Amino acid sequence: MKNKILDLSTLDKEKLMALSVYIEALEEDKKEQLIHVLHKAQSLFGHLPQNLQWFIARKLDLSSAHVNGVVTFYSFFNEEPTGKYVISVCTGTACFVKGANKVLDRILKLTKTTKNKMSEDGLFTIKDVRCIGACGLAPVITVNDKVYGNLKPSDVDKIIEQCRGEDYGH
Amino acid sequence: MKLIDKMINLTINGIELNVEAGTTLLEAAEKIGIHIPTLCHLDLHDIGVINKNANCRVCMVEDEKRGRLVPSCAEKVIEGMRIQTDTLKAVMARRTSLELMLSNHPQDCLTCVKNLDCELQSLAHEMNIKEIRYQGEKMNHPKDLTSKGIVKDSNKCIMCRRCVTMCDDVQTVGILSPLKRGFDVVVATAFHLDLADTSCTYCGQCVSVCPTAALAEMNDTPSVWRALNNPKKHVIVQVAPAVRAAIGEEFGFEPGTILTGKVVSSLRRLGFDQVFDTNFGADLTIIEEAKELIDRIQNNKPLPMLTSCCPAWVQFIEHQFPDLLDVPSSCKSPQQMVGALTKTYYAEHNNIDPKDIIMVSVMPCVAKKAEAAREELNKDGLSEVDYVITTRELSRMLKEAAIDFRKLDDEPFDFLLGESTGAAAIFGTTGGVIEAATRTAYEMLTGKELKDVNFKAMRGIEGIREATIQIGDMELNIGIAHELGNARKLLERIREGKSNFHAIEIMACPGGCIGGGGQPYHHGNIDILKKRQEALYTIDASLPRRKSHENPMVVKLYENFLSEPASPKAHDLLHTTYSPKERI
Amino acid sequence: MVINNLAGLIKWKDTLPTKADYRISVLVCAGTSCISSESDLILAMLEDLIQKQDLAVDVNLVKTGCFGFCGQGPIIKIEPDDITYVRVKVSDVEAIFTHHIVNNTTVSRLLYKEPNEEHVTKDSKGMRFYQKQLRVALRNCGEINPEVIEQYIVNDGYLALGRCLTEKTPKDVIQIVQASGLRGRGGGGFLTGLKWAYTRDVESDQKYLICNADEGDPGAFMDRSIAEGDPHSIIEAMAIAGYAIGASKGLIYIRAEYGLATERLRVAIKAAREHGLLGKNLFGTNFSFDIEIKLGAGAFVCGEETALIRSMEGFRGEPDKKPPFPSESGFKDKPSCVNNVETLANIPVIILNGAQWFASLGTERSKGTKVFALAGNIRNIGLVEVPMGTTFREIIYDIGGGHPDGKKIKAIQIGGPSGGVITEDYFDTPIDYDSLLAIGAMMGSGGLIVMDEDTDMVEFAKFYLDFTQDESCGKCTPCRIGTKRMFEILERLTNMEGEPADLERLKTLGDNIKSASLCGLGQTAPNPVLSTMKFFEAEYEAYAYRTKRTAYLIEGKKCIGCTKCARVCPVDCIDGKVREVHRIQEADCIACGACYDACPTQAILKP
Ligand SMILES: Cc1cc2nc3c(=O)[nH]c(=O)nc-3n(C[C@H](O)[C@H](O)[C@H](O)COP(=O)(O)O)c2cc1C
Ligand code: SF4
Ligand code: SF4
Ligand code: SF4
Ligand code: SF4
Ligand code: SF4
Ligand code: SF4
Ligand code: SF4
Ligand code: SF4
Ligand code: FES
Ligand code: FES
Ligand code: FES
Repeated sequence: MKNKILDLSTLDKEKLMALSVYIEALEEDKKEQLIHVLHKAQSLFGHLPQNLQWFIARKLDLSSAHVNGVVTFYSFFNEEPTGKYVISVCTGTACFVKGANKVLDRILKLTKTTKNKMSEDGLFTIKDVRCIGACGLAPVITVNDKVYGNLKPSDVDKIIEQCRGEDYGH
Repeated sequence: MKLIDKMINLTINGIELNVEAGTTLLEAAEKIGIHIPTLCHLDLHDIGVINKNANCRVCMVEDEKRGRLVPSCAEKVIEGMRIQTDTLKAVMARRTSLELMLSNHPQDCLTCVKNLDCELQSLAHEMNIKEIRYQGEKMNHPKDLTSKGIVKDSNKCIMCRRCVTMCDDVQTVGILSPLKRGFDVVVATAFHLDLADTSCTYCGQCVSVCPTAALAEMNDTPSVWRALNNPKKHVIVQVAPAVRAAIGEEFGFEPGTILTGKVVSSLRRLGFDQVFDTNFGADLTIIEEAKELIDRIQNNKPLPMLTSCCPAWVQFIEHQFPDLLDVPSSCKSPQQMVGALTKTYYAEHNNIDPKDIIMVSVMPCVAKKAEAAREELNKDGLSEVDYVITTRELSRMLKEAAIDFRKLDDEPFDFLLGESTGAAAIFGTTGGVIEAATRTAYEMLTGKELKDVNFKAMRGIEGIREATIQIGDMELNIGIAHELGNARKLLERIREGKSNFHAIEIMACPGGCIGGGGQPYHHGNIDILKKRQEALYTIDASLPRRKSHENPMVVKLYENFLSEPASPKAHDLLHTTYSPKERI
Repeated sequence: MVINNLAGLIKWKDTLPTKADYRISVLVCAGTSCISSESDLILAMLEDLIQKQDLAVDVNLVKTGCFGFCGQGPIIKIEPDDITYVRVKVSDVEAIFTHHIVNNTTVSRLLYKEPNEEHVTKDSKGMRFYQKQLRVALRNCGEINPEVIEQYIVNDGYLALGRCLTEKTPKDVIQIVQASGLRGRGGGGFLTGLKWAYTRDVESDQKYLICNADEGDPGAFMDRSIAEGDPHSIIEAMAIAGYAIGASKGLIYIRAEYGLATERLRVAIKAAREHGLLGKNLFGTNFSFDIEIKLGAGAFVCGEETALIRSMEGFRGEPDKKPPFPSESGFKDKPSCVNNVETLANIPVIILNGAQWFASLGTERSKGTKVFALAGNIRNIGLVEVPMGTTFREIIYDIGGGHPDGKKIKAIQIGGPSGGVITEDYFDTPIDYDSLLAIGAMMGSGGLIVMDEDTDMVEFAKFYLDFTQDESCGKCTPCRIGTKRMFEILERLTNMEGEPADLERLKTLGDNIKSASLCGLGQTAPNPVLSTMKFFEAEYEAYAYRTKRTAYLIEGKKCIGCTKCARVCPVDCIDGKVREVHRIQEADCIACGACYDACPTQAILKP
């Protein structure tokens, strides 16, 4: 078996350690905590590459197929790396009615990406999400954790500029 | 909850009936001769295989009181229920579900491995589907042809999850899972890995329950045809014990009809130069295994000893319990023993260059295909077994060659590796190997004759069975498990040091090889397996010799070639090694 | 302070300061919407100023949950006079501080002004938005700091739990809830007391009380607001329910997107534990109860109770067939009762005010109030809580203020992706579970989306179907493939590639998906399409017969010839000279809408 998913060398040792410690500390039925473990892993690594999923499967004594089945079921989990700025465009109903699709199209165009795929420069990943609960400000997007509301497609240009500026600035 | 005794009154299509609580509507309807189509449903109670997640929705019937449809395969009877199976609403819902499935299915029945043996196809026929009203995007996944055993064509998958139930719940191997969601759902391996890169045991049980051709055995018949048509090759075939009790089903015989003689003659018609019996290898395996067991008992070596003739099980322990690799016997399986001897003993005997011999085996098993390809068994560039075809593949070859199987005369196996005893015959059923081994071990240990060779305690169909046999002044504790989930339970006991077994037999398939992944499809009918099992015991009882060490040709083999059981030469040819592997 | 008995709780309450103990209380909304417009910054600045000026003794700065009127956020309310400032910016903080907090004068420019009216409205009670509302489930949202347990205690927090444990049997509690007529607010409208009774009746060594905080309807956010603004009422209610059904363990399943709500619940659980209000032997009785939070991970279907349970067990969130119902076999196969957040939030008041009080609100078969998330083409966006029986017209026009630009409101969508549309003809229907079902809609979780005359109903239905087919778990055939096929048909239609027969296909397919699907998602997924087809058939026909105009059109008499539209058109299909009427070449227009947005005189008509 010449399997690259068994090769853990691409994963940061310290983060892997932190994840192991987290898993060790779980009480009761560890298998049941899979989703929490995946949240933890994604918060550490940014995304859930295959070898990491395999690692988690082994730690929790689950089959890799089970873990992968869960990861691919929930839209919150990314198997692919994400950009430095994750822009989530709310396409909930309130935002839809207020033109969220146009905002989304504009963002995709400006960042030259497609949904859920990291832009080539590694800066952006664009996702559509369902209602983030700020319908009062529809249409709404979030850039990482910051919320921008009452957007017009043209406002998007500034936001993207800003991200780019910040990045090159550093 | 104790509801079992309670009786429930209901009506189905206006007919009143009274059934036990816990009965499903499907079962209740069957009792009064009302047929309801099903697809995802699979209930092999006796062997713990139950797929009842009610996902295909082709069995919907109308509950008139609630005014809504319910899945008859999963819905239990309720007092006073009024069920109508044929209302327009129910029929339309069933048809729509099926049409939708077909709208996402490559309709290439004509060239499909499942043609005329496909539950989806039969259902479309039965429901009189002549048009598919909803067309649109279809799944588009590459076919996985990487493994030696199984072809996975996800585009033919209807997501019934029978395979997942099999692999996860019954075999506890966990290779398959639904991935993604919505229309994009596909039942697949983790990360869509090639099957060859997973811990799949190739037990083929997923294949045996898949209603479509989404999972099928690798087709090795073209290679066999090529070999048969190569005049330079000496092509030899061997036939496993469980094949003869099942192949008849492909030709309209009652399940459990014993057709040894017809199998042999049909193989000769196909053009094989020699027709050997894997049962010969089985007798030999018993002798080597019994010897090893006695050695382990007498010399304080690791116990229990586990049988090793099921390659799916070997694959399982290598991946799942790599720390326990000292428990399986080092004996090769009968298939490999016959292969190894064909290319040495038989070759020498007939003065043929082993390189010119092609060994084909006919097996009830998908895992045997992968076994034949194992590195450990293909040393020095010489393979022991070249091609493995399943019972189903053989029947296809016979049909292709237009051999009228029903009309064939009985013929005997060929000389040298063709003789066998009743002990070998029962290798094909759960409990058979260990019963055969006990017969020989008994006489080896005590030096006395064993009068009653029938160890009834070892027979049956329960997943895990235990027996204690008095041999002289020693009590031999024996364990038997079939299905890998049951094997897992025994292995966990061993790992925790809680096992007091001396020997354990493990078979990956329900019922043992009679229920192998390469056998004619049982389509969920457990009685078929039971009848095959009975047939093997009948063969055993009918033979004059029922102990492996009494096989005259095996005796001769030791005299002329191997010198004695467990001799260095026997070790070299008949034993193997295992290596730990990662679980994926 | 650890509470060991009812008297202890009451004594604790009496020692705590109330708003009346301060000169003024400054309530700053820290709900998600307001935080998004920097209310957290505003709060920090105010805190800083109050500190610096040493005003903490008589100024009570309260970080609250949502006031409901999110569209006007960030909102600051100053008590005792209930002066309400809206759309407050960071740059307004100084003014509020010096003028109001220090000098007790109002900052008029930040007060709310009703549309088409001269005067400003000073207090929230004066706002039309609040006038027909009755806040029961939302009673503490926007009133107290959700992170300070004492503020909950002051408002009779945990008193209902104390009463139940010390004065009532579990049967009594169930009896009260049954008599109140409370029905589940998660969508189904099942009688809460009855569900409790069922779960109570199953014998088991372990039972679970599960709070469903998954809130999947895209456009509804009442559960989130309650969890953010009043987490203790959920916790208290869960303990009461646990006592009633015989469960010692509570679980909250909350969507991963709700970070703030999760955090507030965590803080609240911790505080409740520290004060002996969760844990062993509550109120000195032998009833023990504790709560664990389980996170979702982005799957709408996990709001369905059996899927939710699977998800909590670490599996894919796929629904299971029912029966068996969770009350028989739920989490880890043990009897479990699943209740919605809003349902639970009603429980403590029902216990305190009595079943009769609750039953006196609402209609014959739907009691109490219901919270709606009002959004879409409506002036006042936010959360509104009204007694059952209120009409849609009251909500849309009296509370919601009608259309922001005075356009005609064509329909409202209720019940989210499971629901249907309600047209003008039915705006006077009093809202309750049964009247909605009767007109082919359903209550759902309470999303209310208002659509104006410009809305394309086919596109709108397609939006929901896109959502459901995307969120379908994929387990059963009709929903997995059927919703996809319906979506494909709708796409064909809106791309002008459809045919009349598609309409029949949509209907049959929709009906069969509804009757054959395994869970509520599939069973209701076709509703938005079927219901818009019923009321707006002509719009579907325009697509199916390909008679629908696709190009934008310039209304000659409004055009001032400013050329703006021609400059933005990506395909250069607008002709016209400066100061002359412009014209769109219909054949080339790709209906991108750019000109529509650019036109300063609204001269351009949508197709
Ligand atoms: C597809 C689907 C989504 C649902 N989503 C939610 C939800 O987000 N929140 C909720 O409380 N109930 C939801 N429900 C209803 C729950 O299954 C369940 O009936 C409810 O939580 C019971 O609580 P209640 O009786 O207090 O309403 C959903 C049901 C379906 C079929
Ligand atoms: S799987 Fe069945 S239905 Fe599909 S192509 Fe093959 S025979 Fe036909
Ligand atoms: S059944 Fe129909 S499709 Fe198949 S071979 Fe005959 S005519 Fe052709
Ligand atoms: S062959 Fe056996 S182990 Fe492999 S996927 Fe199928 S059931 Fe699982
Ligand atoms: S592969 Fe076969 S058994 Fe498995 S889900 Fe698909 S159709 Fe069913
Ligand atoms: S039990 Fe028999 S058929 Fe099944 S995998 Fe093992 S050897 Fe093959
Ligand atoms: S109706 Fe849809 S969401 Fe529900 S079980 Fe079926 S596929 Fe899954
Ligand atoms: S809608 Fe777009 S393409 Fe059509 S005229 Fe306006 S700007 Fe041009
Ligand atoms: S933008 Fe409006 S007003 Fe200006 S030219 Fe175009 S249609 Fe006329
Ligand atoms: S719909 Fe976008 S925030 Fe609610
Ligand atoms: S057979 Fe009943 S749902 Fe599939
Ligand atoms: S979040 Fe501030 S008013 Fe709703």
